[in-house]
Amino acid sequence: MGNLEDNAQKRADFVKGLWNENPVFVALLGMCPALAVTNSAINGLAMGLATTFVLLCSSILVSLARNVIPKQVRITSYIIIIATFVTVVDFGLAALAPAIHKELGAFIALIVVNCLILGRQEAFASKNPVGRSILDALGMSVGFTFALLCIGIIREVLGNGSLFNISLFGANYEPWVVMILPPGGFFALGFLLLFFNWYEARKKKRQDALTENERING
Amino acid sequence: MGSNENILFIFVSALLINNFTLAYFLGLCPFLGVSGKIITAFRLGLANIFVMLITSICAYVLNTWVLPYAPYLRLISFIIVIASTVQFVEMAIKKVSPELFKALGIFLPLITTNCAILGLALFQTNKGYGFGQGLVYALGAGAGVTLALVLLAGVREETRILNIPKVIEGAALNLIIAGIISMGFMGFAGLFSGG
Repeated sequence: MGNLEDNAQKRADFVKGLWNENPVFVALLGMCPALAVTNSAINGLAMGLATTFVLLCSSILVSLARNVIPKQVRITSYIIIIATFVTVVDFGLAALAPAIHKELGAFIALIVVNCLILGRQEAFASKNPVGRSILDALGMSVGFTFALLCIGIIREVLGNGSLFNISLFGANYEPWVVMILPPGGFFALGFLLLFFNWYEARKKKRQDALTENERING
Repeated sequence: MGSNENILFIFVSALLINNFTLAYFLGLCPFLGVSGKIITAFRLGLANIFVMLITSICAYVLNTWVLPYAPYLRLISFIIVIASTVQFVEMAIKKVSPELFKALGIFLPLITTNCAILGLALFQTNKGYGFGQGLVYALGAGAGVTLALVLLAGVREETRILNIPKVIEGAALNLIIAGIISMGFMGFAGLFSGG
């Protein structure tokens, strides 16, 4: 029985970041990179993966050191740990994928102040063992990458008529340029949140109707 | 430092054309979280200008005397030096001028780890601004953030008396309003040729 509960717990740690506590759509964390670099799907994906690396590594380290770090200086320690891994990503990307590094520019360095990462350290990794922290970090980063990819796809398809640099609609398509400019980021996320709100409201309505039915019948 | 851009150009560019909030998406958390009232938004903006000026000075000092010897320490040193300097200045203000502290105080810790602040330090470094240019850039960027905050707060104060559908309330509405304001700011792009 203990094993089953354990598995359920593990699954819950991972799954919550994907939808119910999605960092961008529900918790509204890490909005600055979510909007700034997502003018194409590939940039969104790259930013998502870079954030995944930083979040995963710092979660592991913070979780391992959680009993050593004094409570008074914990936030400072987290920031130093995060900044170290961001420096690794910054230099790594510059060496391995210079084109993407140039495209993302200073926003790679700005992963340091992504509230999502610091938030997970404070809320989860500093209180839980390594295994659970890894699952939590993975779930959150997959949710974050998914959100960035969604925004990136919408903006690239509408604003450039292409997806992953492959033209979709042929030469006759008049691109909706505003979508790859800054306002497009606000609009894309705004309408995605609108959709989320609508979906949640509908789900709640159905559930209420269901319980009401049960009450009447029972 | 190898930049000889005109002071006026730097200021207007940071204020309007490349507005930190509306064109670079920096400092969105306070932008969407706090800006419900014009007066609060204005004070937050002032605190932002203040911290940005300190940041600009810190970044200049680090860039000139420390980082040429250890470039890989850039991020870590920026964050630590900026955060601690702001803390010290906060204490100093508390001692010297309690009124000013009352007006700005509660916002300072909020702002210190804001992406707009670190963004300012990084952009200033990338553009190679000197001391004076850096200060003007910080002033323009801070004023730009203030402008964006006040504009959004103004629209939000108006929306409070309107009948808004429940699904769009909150963050979704704010983002769409911000998008429309941002679209207006795109019009400034032609102010300087090549700006």
